[in-house]
Amino acid sequence: MTDIPGLPSRRSFLKGSAAGVALSALATSASAEKAEAPVSLEDYKREFLNDAEWAFVMAATARLIPSEGDGPGAIEARVPVFIDRQLAGDYGSAEDWYMEGPHDASASPQLGWQTPLTPAEVYRQAIPAFDAWCSKTHGDVFAGLAASQQDEALTALQNGDVELQPEVRDFFSILLANTKEGYFADPMYGGNHGMQSWVYIGFPGARAAFREWPERHNIKYPLGPVSISGERA
Amino acid sequence: MARQEKKKDVVIVGLGWTGAIAGIELAQDGLEIVALERGPDQSTVPNFKYPNQIDELKYGVRLKMMQKLSQQTVTVRRNEDETARPYRKLGSFLPGNGVGGAGTHWNGLNWRPMPEELKLKSYVIENWGEDIIAEDMTIGDYPVSYDELEPYFTQFEKVAGISGYAGNLNGEIREGGNPFEGWRSEDFPMPPLPRTWDSQKFHDACIASGYHPFPAPAGIASTAYVNPYGMQMGPCNFCGFCERYGCYQYSKSSPQTTILDALKRKPNFSYRTHCEVLRVEMAEDGKTATGVTYFDEEAQEEVFQPADLVILSSYQLNNVHLMLVSGIGEPYNPATGKGVTGKNYAYQMNGGISMFFEDDNFNPFVGHGANGTCIDDFAINQIDFGEEGFIGGAYWRSGTFNGQPIRNMPLPKGTPAWGAGWKEGIGRWYGHAMSIGSHGSNLAYANNYLDLDPNYTDRHGRPLMRMTFDWHDNDLRMNQFMKSKMEPLAKSMNPDIMQVGFKGPGAHYDVRPYQTTHNTGGHIMSETPQEGVVNRYCQAWDKHNVFVMGAGNFVQNTQYNPTGLLGGLAYWTVQAIRTQYLPNPRPLV
Repeated sequence: MTDIPGLPSRRSFLKGSAAGVALSALATSASAEKAEAPVSLEDYKREFLNDAEWAFVMAATARLIPSEGDGPGAIEARVPVFIDRQLAGDYGSAEDWYMEGPHDASASPQLGWQTPLTPAEVYRQAIPAFDAWCSKTHGDVFAGLAASQQDEALTALQNGDVELQPEVRDFFSILLANTKEGYFADPMYGGNHGMQSWVYIGFPGARAAFREWPERHNIKYPLGPVSISGERA
Repeated sequence: MARQEKKKDVVIVGLGWTGAIAGIELAQDGLEIVALERGPDQSTVPNFKYPNQIDELKYGVRLKMMQKLSQQTVTVRRNEDETARPYRKLGSFLPGNGVGGAGTHWNGLNWRPMPEELKLKSYVIENWGEDIIAEDMTIGDYPVSYDELEPYFTQFEKVAGISGYAGNLNGEIREGGNPFEGWRSEDFPMPPLPRTWDSQKFHDACIASGYHPFPAPAGIASTAYVNPYGMQMGPCNFCGFCERYGCYQYSKSSPQTTILDALKRKPNFSYRTHCEVLRVEMAEDGKTATGVTYFDEEAQEEVFQPADLVILSSYQLNNVHLMLVSGIGEPYNPATGKGVTGKNYAYQMNGGISMFFEDDNFNPFVGHGANGTCIDDFAINQIDFGEEGFIGGAYWRSGTFNGQPIRNMPLPKGTPAWGAGWKEGIGRWYGHAMSIGSHGSNLAYANNYLDLDPNYTDRHGRPLMRMTFDWHDNDLRMNQFMKSKMEPLAKSMNPDIMQVGFKGPGAHYDVRPYQTTHNTGGHIMSETPQEGVVNRYCQAWDKHNVFVMGAGNFVQNTQYNPTGLLGGLAYWTVQAIRTQYLPNPRPLV
């Protein structure tokens, strides 16, 4: 398994993880093209997020999908890179959505997206608001808190206990959805680094050819994933 | 002033399933035909090719094959006291976009309606009396019967290449098929597909409980196949990327795999993409249409396309919108019950149970959209409505599909949504869960309807269409009935954990989670012009050279996925145009 350059503190987790061992065993037969080591998260050239936002996204995704335990965490999977690129692209700008006014951000949540803000604007406005709440409640911005305090703060955000303007009330659910997207999407979008999230759960990625498998009942599919670009793990 | 194109015999609005059917059938009569399509052109190659199509984020999550709501959408409210707000981001339903329409990205479940569903009002009255029909329930009979439509269902199934096993072959009930279905004049064009482990378990449990399992009728090729237009399909390899995707290997029934290449070879047929039809233009006498005006995206101008015959074959919501902005049929008014356009909008009532088996491997990525085993033991014609206190029914299905991890990660209740507990949960449970789904009817009600929104417009300045829709007790009771029957069956399979998801009393419509793209009604068929927008040949009552295709014709929704019925109706309509209308253009009823 590749180390995450720039994050030496994570190395021990990865090397020691049971998943890491299982993965390399699986991968031996199929391992072919090894992806070039990517630029470290510290040196990554961001497309959308500013310094404070990046610090928040790094810290928050690391708690939403932590590195501890089996399987990669959001940091090993490079989820923050995925989020930055998505926010810089047509998802971040809500290009496909109907965004004309009038807007009623306080409408019933069951009526769906009603804020005038795009996803990128929700991040831009919600992060400072949440950081201000963290400072007031816990004495520091989110990224500066201890892990247990971060979990408490995220739980408060999830439960609606952090007072936010209705325009950004869905921030937690957007952040969580984007984090899981980055964890499981094809690696070409910047996350799911090395397809280790797919390896962890046993999803074969873009193989998409199982002609002989429907009637192999109750037998676990044995092959590791491939990506759209042809990478194997 | 709009540019004017050369006159055509026929203009087709929307090149999905029904537009392609109209095109290829009418082209046989030598008519000059043009189809106008709002979205881009799409073919298996290059648009759906491997591996680019195997991209859950782009197609499954960001929905890049779907209608762009920035271009066209609706507003939604649950009742008249609420202010309708735009459907800004796709969720509950996913209209398609581009050549092939929703027929490119569907799951391939191809059902016929039950004969009783087409005469629902009469069936209810004859068996239980009129009193069990609630006052605000506006169900009716289709002005065409199952027996009349049967040859056209068969024709569509041959074209689309459907796999399955007939349970009722000319009245003979056959074991292994659906014993409760309407009669079939022929067996399915292809045999059923193989059974995955989850559907095998479901199948065995159904047999043990005395139910009648059968393979889902699948618009998925089980063998090599050549259809009546000479189009070739190859057997499905269970790649798992059906719903929301184009099929990369010519296995899923779609306009691309079954009609379009044959249609494009007709010299008297042409089509133009990125042409969004804005309105149907009317003759001065008000009795006929003269053609349509569309916006040409490339030229950035409005264009008038004159034609003798106008076929509206865009998605149900867009058909109804076009009719409302063009003055086809009187708009429906729920306060008086008068008017027809926008009436009887209906949807689908679904539920299900997830079951977790720690020691079983289901390989959820091995599957296809119409995979699995079904039962119809709780179908519309199997339930005593008087006894149970509702009108409706459902079919059940179990079979892996869409096993992609962003969207499909069922976890036992109590598993955290994030953090170490979530990560542990996905490692433990992915691949070890199966589900049974209940796919049920949604009837028509006086206050579920479509009209023009007073507050929001599209980029051409047209009012958006407004959807007023909420769940009604009748359908929620049906859903709770299914829950009461499904729980014991699921328990009999001895899962380690199970969890039940059925909407119940007090549930309101929520546009956020995906439910189905089975939007029906709004330009319904009827015996008289007072009851609906189109007659039994799907011809507009008040504009005899306008024919309308699709699920908007449904008087009320059935318990099934709509494609089989709308495909059959399309062939029925085209046959009426060819044999009755073209020799003598007039109102056919």
